[in-house]
Amino acid sequence: MANFTKATSIKDWLNQRLAIEKVEKVMMSEYWIPKNINFLWAMGMVLVMTFVLLLVSGIFLLMYYQPNVATAFDSVNYTIMREVDFGWLWRHVHGVAASVVFLIIYIHMFTGIYYGSYKKGREMIWISGMLLFVTFSAEAFSGYMLPWGQMSYWAGMVITNLFSGGSLHADFLVEWIRGDYVPAQAFLTRFFMLHVLLLPLAIMGLIGLHFAALRIPHVNNQDGDEIDFDVESKKYLAGDKAGSKVIRFANDFMSKDMMVVGVYLVFFFYLVFYNYGFAMDPVNFDPADGLKTPAHIYPEWYFLWSYEILRPFSVDVGLIAFGFAQVIFIGLPFLDRSPNTVPASRRGLFKYWFWAMLVDMIVLTAMGKLPPEGIFSTIGFVAAIAFILLWIALPIITKFEKKI
Amino acid sequence: MKDSSRRGFMGKAFGGFAAVGAVASLYAMKKSWDPLPSVKAAGFTTLDMSAYKENELVVEKWRGKPIFVLKKTAKMVSSQTPVQAERDVMIDGSHYMIAIGLCTHLGCIPAYKPSTEDFLCACHGGQFDFSGAVTKVPPPRGLDIPPFKIDGNKLVLGEVGPEYQAMKDTGITL
Repeated sequence: MANFTKATSIKDWLNQRLAIEKVEKVMMSEYWIPKNINFLWAMGMVLVMTFVLLLVSGIFLLMYYQPNVATAFDSVNYTIMREVDFGWLWRHVHGVAASVVFLIIYIHMFTGIYYGSYKKGREMIWISGMLLFVTFSAEAFSGYMLPWGQMSYWAGMVITNLFSGGSLHADFLVEWIRGDYVPAQAFLTRFFMLHVLLLPLAIMGLIGLHFAALRIPHVNNQDGDEIDFDVESKKYLAGDKAGSKVIRFANDFMSKDMMVVGVYLVFFFYLVFYNYGFAMDPVNFDPADGLKTPAHIYPEWYFLWSYEILRPFSVDVGLIAFGFAQVIFIGLPFLDRSPNTVPASRRGLFKYWFWAMLVDMIVLTAMGKLPPEGIFSTIGFVAAIAFILLWIALPIITKFEKKI
Repeated sequence: MKDSSRRGFMGKAFGGFAAVGAVASLYAMKKSWDPLPSVKAAGFTTLDMSAYKENELVVEKWRGKPIFVLKKTAKMVSSQTPVQAERDVMIDGSHYMIAIGLCTHLGCIPAYKPSTEDFLCACHGGQFDFSGAVTKVPPPRGLDIPPFKIDGNKLVLGEVGPEYQAMKDTGITL
């Protein structure tokens, strides 16, 4: 056993047993952050805050929600919304956060793409981040099922049908996932389990991995500077705080993060109290009915772009294009062949590639919401083709980029 | 040397047992997600075919799925192409379209328009004619026909009769 001395304080008592000073250094006071980063780098902290809001509001919803096809709809729309004191608050926080979290994830992702934060040395940050995105998507989908309204039911029907693999007719696989011929009790209960236990556990594990992936390559910065963190941190610790290119995470950098989080929370609670409707589909206020399809089935806004890639093709080609869209972002560090870790504006054709990709995804999102008829169908088709072509073009245009 | 080979054997034996255990538990997990016996057993529906009116789509329910029943008019029957005619279910001298009312693309329910005598699936724009054959993609094939058995004036869904078996064998339905 180690040598214990009489503790001089509670902190010292804990320190001898838990090494809290060391943990504090690694996690906070000697976790070094470059100075030249803008508010876009605070999106990670914004996401942490949103995840905490989802977790807490989810726990409160869980206490009255009933995962039963006969009672689920009323437990949400009557019990939680009307009977439980402040039940409406938890539901609106949960609903708005589930929607806004994707907005922030997309900003976080495109910030990473713009500044080249996925490049050599930071591949694991990017890959773990994309795994988080996929898990968040599954979490959002499984949560969408739970109120057991019309859109829940039909989204469940359509998405699980994707697993039949088009012409493969793997209906046994679809029935296995559902535990029934159609979405029913077995389906609701297992998606409830996924939503409240398995997927949140996976998300928390992946958040841990995502943070751990930052420790060695460190956070990128606005100019893509290669900072020698050992030298710069020594400079800082020696007292040259102004000359050092880095600062402590806590409390110095965190004060800036918290400023951004504060502004975000004003926006967030404005939505929760005055504009929660955007996160609630009116169709989902009809109870699930297996014998009546709503006129238009569309996913929440954050899945529209990939939905639109599925839609304009025949079933097999559509599924392949959809699968491609789901996984291709993971390959970004390897498809971008240029060694330049600088903002897109200082690079060659990549500058145009970045904005073309962003605009294309916005067009796909808009077309995904509109009914698949006439000119919208054509625009959606062209945008879906453009999405695939952009990814094929990426290795070529970045290979010929000059080294900066 | 003797020790290390003994340890190696122990390691392999342990690994072997662990692998068997892992496979067995994966099998149990797979089986736990299969549809329950009660779900599988509730799979039969009997329809009385004398109640239907011509060119009026009736939606029945079988295994939680909507079943389209459409009694064809004389005009429909006489104008049918061979592809449309082979999908007919003949009961008591009348021609019926019997099909699972889920679009073969991704499973939405197409809507029937009696005036144009066809189906439109709003989700992805697929179209089917009055016999359930596909007329506009993305659906990869016509509406699926549920297993049926003709019993005089009645139709039993979920049981395989000779007429259904023939359709399956010739590839009219899956």
